Amino acid sequence: MKASRWLLFSSFLFLGGCNLSSYPLLDPAGPVGRSELHLIVIAFLLMLIPVVPVIFMTFWFAWRYRASNRSATYKPFWSHSKAIEAIVWGVPILIVTGLSILSWITTHQLDPYRPLATASGTHKPLRVDVVALNWKWLFLYPDQGVATVNQLVVPVDTPIDLRLTADDAPMTAFFIPRLGTQIYAMAGMVTRLHLMATSPGTFFGVNTQISGKGYSKMHFHVIAAPYRSYEAWLAKVRSSPHRLDIVTYRRLERPSLNNPVTYYSTVAPDNLFADIVRKYIGGVMLASDPLHNPATPHFGG
Amino acid sequence: MFGKLTLSAIPYDNPIIMGAVGFTLVGAAIVFGLITVYGKWGYLWREWLTSVDHKKIGIMYIVLALIMLLRGFSDAIMMRTQQLLAFGPDHGYLPPQHFQEIFTAHGTIMILFVAMPFIVGLMNIVVPLQIRARDVAFPFMNSLSFWLTAAGAMLIMVSLGVGDFSRAGWIGYPPLSGIHFSPDTGVDYWDWALQLSGLGTTLTGINFVATILRMRAPGMTLMKMPIFTWTTLFTAILILLAFPPLTATLAMLSLDRYLGMHFFTNGMGGDMMLYANLFWVWGHPEVYIVILPAFGVYSEVVATLCGKRLFGYATMVWATGVITVLSFSVWLHHFFTMGASATVNSVFGISSMLIAIPTGVKIFNWLFTMYQGKVRFETPMLWTMAFLVLFPIGGMTGVMLALPGADYVLHNTEFLVAHFHNMLIPGVLFGMFAGYEYWFPKATGFGLDPKWGRRAFWAWTIGFVLAFVPLYVLGFLGMPRRLDHYSNPAWHPWLEIAFVGAVVILYGIICQVIELIVSIRDRERLRDFTGDYWQNGRTLEWATSSPAPVYNFAHIDPVHDIDEFMYLKERGLAYKRPAGYSDIHMPRNTPAGLVIGSLAFVLGFALIWHIWWLAGAMAFAIFTTLLVRSMNDDVDYFIPAAEVEKTEAERFRMLEEGERRLSEGRGGPAQTPVILVHQVQQS
Amino acid sequence: MSTDIAIHDSGAASHEAHGPEESVSRTVYGFWLYIMTDCILFATVFTAFAVMSHRYAGGPTGRELFDLPYAFGETMFLLLSSVTYGFVVLAMNRMDKRGVLIWLGVTFVLGLGFIGMEINEFHHMITHGYGPDRSGFLSGFFTLVGTHGTHVTLGLVWMAVMIFQVLRKGLSVPVQSRLIRLSMFWHFLDVVWIGVFTVVYLMGVL
Repeated sequence: MKASRWLLFSSFLFLGGCNLSSYPLLDPAGPVGRSELHLIVIAFLLMLIPVVPVIFMTFWFAWRYRASNRSATYKPFWSHSKAIEAIVWGVPILIVTGLSILSWITTHQLDPYRPLATASGTHKPLRVDVVALNWKWLFLYPDQGVATVNQLVVPVDTPIDLRLTADDAPMTAFFIPRLGTQIYAMAGMVTRLHLMATSPGTFFGVNTQISGKGYSKMHFHVIAAPYRSYEAWLAKVRSSPHRLDIVTYRRLERPSLNNPVTYYSTVAPDNLFADIVRKYIGGVMLASDPLHNPATPHFGG
Repeated sequence: MFGKLTLSAIPYDNPIIMGAVGFTLVGAAIVFGLITVYGKWGYLWREWLTSVDHKKIGIMYIVLALIMLLRGFSDAIMMRTQQLLAFGPDHGYLPPQHFQEIFTAHGTIMILFVAMPFIVGLMNIVVPLQIRARDVAFPFMNSLSFWLTAAGAMLIMVSLGVGDFSRAGWIGYPPLSGIHFSPDTGVDYWDWALQLSGLGTTLTGINFVATILRMRAPGMTLMKMPIFTWTTLFTAILILLAFPPLTATLAMLSLDRYLGMHFFTNGMGGDMMLYANLFWVWGHPEVYIVILPAFGVYSEVVATLCGKRLFGYATMVWATGVITVLSFSVWLHHFFTMGASATVNSVFGISSMLIAIPTGVKIFNWLFTMYQGKVRFETPMLWTMAFLVLFPIGGMTGVMLALPGADYVLHNTEFLVAHFHNMLIPGVLFGMFAGYEYWFPKATGFGLDPKWGRRAFWAWTIGFVLAFVPLYVLGFLGMPRRLDHYSNPAWHPWLEIAFVGAVVILYGIICQVIELIVSIRDRERLRDFTGDYWQNGRTLEWATSSPAPVYNFAHIDPVHDIDEFMYLKERGLAYKRPAGYSDIHMPRNTPAGLVIGSLAFVLGFALIWHIWWLAGAMAFAIFTTLLVRSMNDDVDYFIPAAEVEKTEAERFRMLEEGERRLSEGRGGPAQTPVILVHQVQQS
Repeated sequence: MSTDIAIHDSGAASHEAHGPEESVSRTVYGFWLYIMTDCILFATVFTAFAVMSHRYAGGPTGRELFDLPYAFGETMFLLLSSVTYGFVVLAMNRMDKRGVLIWLGVTFVLGLGFIGMEINEFHHMITHGYGPDRSGFLSGFFTLVGTHGTHVTLGLVWMAVMIFQVLRKGLSVPVQSRLIRLSMFWHFLDVVWIGVFTVVYLMGVL
């Protein structure tokens, strides 16, 4: 049938055009993405067990029992078979049971809040605090005391311990396809994510949750580099003339599009990330709060 | 005086919007003009607009669904065009905010103003006939439900030309949909359109639960109900359970927006995650609300057009019930990436996968109904077979998304878009089209032209594959959904293919329009004389004439079998002339539903634009209308026995004519030689 | 072809139930379904209140705001009005038009008392700067109590209409059917209020 021919054609294109490096989900650059790819492949193969027979049987039964085929058996009153019922309940139950066990195990393994195990002798995890702003990403390196906009540089083979929030932005989602797991970033809340790059490279990162006018522009670059290059980069950031203080932050926080990559050599106050979160928690949005931007009045009328 | 409404709310300077508005207005003007020229206003008023007849209300629901399908599809092809063009240095023809309005409108319209009216329309046309009832339990409320739904649809259409529509996606997640990030009236249009139609839908749910549980013909025990009636019952129950949370949630969002409350705001104690939970407590069951009746359609079509009893009737009923119950335990899978604990995520993931079990069982039951049957490739059967082939693929990707570990990378990518379209197009929409083709002769008295029907079928099926398989691929390419612009060259070729798919679907829709026109033109050729258009009808809707008389059945005879009509045919009792007739008690038509619907539309508009005096006046007018209606006790009448006898005599004359034509080898949808199952001896 | 299957000629009215009893009982059945949907609506608003119940955002807490004896007074008004509506139904069953009118009037006054007290409470809070826009907690409070109050207000409007209809039409079958449904609605609101009183006031203060 024509539909199936097109299906075949499309999957042929899919395989034929499969230059892996352009398929970030099929070419993960870290352990999280790799486990997730394995999970997708296993689920796909398991699901083929019922799906392929169904598609095949549809065509086969339709052809074999077409009304014009007078030689086919016709049993208009046959409508029940314990054996078939047992199979059609049993097989899906078995597959879903298998998938459920798989789900339980992998969901716990891949829990974004769970720190990644590291081989002994490697570097200790790099902490990065992410703030989603309209419409750019601010990366704070609390242990290094520096910050960047729209560019995240990490050393390879080092777990990255991310804490995320948003400031004066709608719900957003932080996603680096080649590293795996995405997570929402929400104002007044901290979500956590652990990722690691095991091969060096430049990856794209995106926001996947619609957040207004600049949504499609809210992307960033991730550079995974060997530790020495990372340190060299850090030195470069530390020599940047830009400093992130309250005044700069307030300016940065305003909605803007296509922000260039910016490096900040210092961050003051030290606990900027906590302040950003706290400004929504408990609702203490007082005018005395140094981070408070007077919001537009909301009353209807 | 006019609240926030000023002349500047009309976007004169935007040629795209003004073109769409102009197109809509010209279309409406042509329809109005034709009605006036042919002097049909009186007829329209008496026979349709004020009707409480479930069959006519059903047809009006489907007309509404088809009109809104055109609007929703226009949005779709505009998005495909934008994503085709807006690549690299080129920014396409739509600014981001207009693009976002379009995808919000597309989702809202397709779910609430295409899928919902379509299923409710089919339920209306078919269910009372299948259970041998004279009408639904509350005929006036039925009319009111329809007009409230129509009022919601009208609000969306008005938003095209007056002000903006929401840009927050069809799910309207705050704080984006809150007043701080969406200060204009767009979200309010979305909100009140959903509220009005949601109220109508809730009333429909009450109506159909009461109809099915209280008005079945004697002898029709629950386990003798036709399967479409069963799926309608479960859908109606789901509506009762799922729509009130939507009403409450949208009301809270409105309170945030109108009174500055802090349910879902950033800060001041607001919690956007609460909205996500509450919304999907409705949103996920909603998916089953629209798909269960489609499953019912497939069950009816496959049994009739394979000339066999439905395989595993009891299993089908239980599987539907299991889906109904499970549908409330899965909502969290829409936001696995919100940071819930691994245990919570995997519990919801597992319960989502559990739904695959009863659904899989249903698929196999349809297949084993085809097995050892006589498969006739009539158009409803074609849609059913396309469903059987394509739906499992969507099920497969659904199970992948139900695994939190996989969802972490697939969520909110184009993969997700491909998945739910794979559920909703081959699942729901093909089911609606199958039902449309299958019951069209029952509703109108003549069938649909099969040639154009087949063309539409092929275009839709091929177009679907072309439009959505690339989106699965784009998911693996890491493309987020809802992008108005992108620079990744790897995505572009796939979006080109998807665009071609949308064009092929457009051809399918054109074929459907032509199919309808050709069928109306050739209605004498396609006339259904017997009432049993497919000549193999099994359930009671085929036991009366096409279209059915206003009272549906002259006698409410007891029922013996699931496939009661087949049971009667096998015993030669299907067309027995009754000894006599009696008066029939029927509800009177009333304009109250139309009046309240219209007032509700103006009320919604006034609330959107903060025109408080008008809102107050409309609320008072609605109250007055209800009061006047309740003061009138003369809401029903009797059709005299003599008139029933005349109508029935005409039916028997038609039957003889139909039999004569059949014996001469004309008439009937004889694509393939029909083997009438009642000619086969029961062994 | 077999003729041994008896097809009952259903001219018999027993199969075509369209008498007033069937119509009333079907309407009552439909109204039960409506009450169920309303129950779920309240459940949703209760959920939202539960989530919001400690989000004071620096504003006042329930303990600081609520006056338990006052709320208990409101409760008494509503509970009593449920009892008096019981007398409406008893009078209706006796076809005692005067009794129906008297007890409807008493119920109406009690309901009005409840609403008056609630409006007074709201007014008091808003004028002190503790309106629904002050915090998530207060949004939840005003919405939950206000949703119930709106229902009671609609119930009062309905009751006024019923007084009018009983005067005009007497205790006809449709009027009786409406009185029964209003009774269901009124008792339902009573039950919901007990939930509100417990969850909002008692648990908020104690």
